[in-house]
Amino acid sequence: MTPTRVAFAAILGKDLRTELRTMRSLPAMVLFAVTTFIIFRYGLDRTTLSGSLAGGVLWTTLLFAAILGINRIFVSEQEEGGFDSIRLAPIDRTALYLAKAAVLFIYLCVLELIVVPTFAVFFLQDWAGLVPMLLILVGVNLGFSVLGTLISSMAVNSRARDLLVPLLLLPLVVPLMIAATSASAPLLDAAGPSYDRFGTWLLVLGLYDGVFCLVGYAVFEFLLED
Amino acid sequence: MSATRLKALSIATVVFLIVGFGLAFFWTPMDADQGFKQKIFYLHVPLAIVALLGFMAGGVEGIRHLRSGDSRHDVSSYIFIHLSVVFGVAVLVTGAIWAKASWGHWWVWEEPTLVSFLIVFLMYCTYYPFRYAIEDRDRQARYASVFAITAGAFVPLNFMAVRMAESIVHPRVFATSDGGLPNSMLLTFLVCLVGIGLLWLLLVKVEMAGKHASGQVSKLRRALESDSGNSTVGSRIAPSMEVS
Repeated sequence: MTPTRVAFAAILGKDLRTELRTMRSLPAMVLFAVTTFIIFRYGLDRTTLSGSLAGGVLWTTLLFAAILGINRIFVSEQEEGGFDSIRLAPIDRTALYLAKAAVLFIYLCVLELIVVPTFAVFFLQDWAGLVPMLLILVGVNLGFSVLGTLISSMAVNSRARDLLVPLLLLPLVVPLMIAATSASAPLLDAAGPSYDRFGTWLLVLGLYDGVFCLVGYAVFEFLLED
Repeated sequence: MSATRLKALSIATVVFLIVGFGLAFFWTPMDADQGFKQKIFYLHVPLAIVALLGFMAGGVEGIRHLRSGDSRHDVSSYIFIHLSVVFGVAVLVTGAIWAKASWGHWWVWEEPTLVSFLIVFLMYCTYYPFRYAIEDRDRQARYASVFAITAGAFVPLNFMAVRMAESIVHPRVFATSDGGLPNSMLLTFLVCLVGIGLLWLLLVKVEMAGKHASGQVSKLRRALESDSGNSTVGSRIAPSMEVS
């Protein structure tokens, strides 16, 4: 039995290498997000955003861009027989879950590294709120990756996989979005960042991430049985 | 469940519901603040509580299915969630009526409990397209259980997050500042809650008896068809109970 740590590193490395060579997910996610900003600019008819409007635009865009990535995270395994190989390999199946969640986490971090500064350049006048925002971004990315990996692995083996990911994921991430938007609205305020209930919302994010990390870890094995 | 027990359960349900709503209309005092329209509380709140407990019970059955591999638990998980979704429609409709009567709008976003319930309801509505998109029956049962567990864990988290995001305007009838519910209202509410709970249980049992029967029929049909060398069994979308 290969240790889970080794299997985890191997799958993670494989996925990151594939993405670097094929560029199948990340460029699409970034393009989608930037284009969405332009649509919001005209949809809302604003050239600057602040407060809850800024938080809403940023998080909605990131959520839908994340869904693009989540949709594709298991597609290569499904199409190229990766699932069968994992089943045959002498490794703990949760290594696949952890590795895929880590891949998704990295995708989301890279996405935000490009998209959040772009958002600031496009719409924000005061950038001071972006530093504490990093904590929220990490919390949300963690939630997206543990939950997105679980949902994606459920959807990829069904007939309607592209349809099911957004359908299943959107209601599930509502609490995550509530916490993220409520925490970032005061940070992006036009009068400068304030920390209204910032700690409470971080706690909610942490609790949410913790619960779904445990759920995902506990049930993922059953999704791979055949 | 035998027919006599099903009959006894139906009679108990009817009695509790008639007594409960009778008490609600003719015995409980008028609400000082809301008047007659407060009576919908005796229908709306029990429906919501029973639906939410049903969703959670579906998650517990999902866990039991994954642990034991027994497809009976998958069937009960499906039935629990299915009936709670049906009750959920009633919760949203009665909630909208109450909101219209109390606040003048069919939908009130500031009301966290109703909004949470809508999110939970939408979440569970995706159970059907998800379940039916998986063809292999064992896999369908396993994936549906994983869904039931994930969604079950989501319910309390969602209520917490939505509650925190809103100022509280939903009537807090059990713990208001002036001492809470009068005893007559509490008793009536409990009778209504038991009645709605029994109704849910009764529908679960009826549905289960139906699944059991259709499971037996399809087993017999398979036996017949394998005798005549023809094995085209139509694919079912809802699970049915296989009996050995």
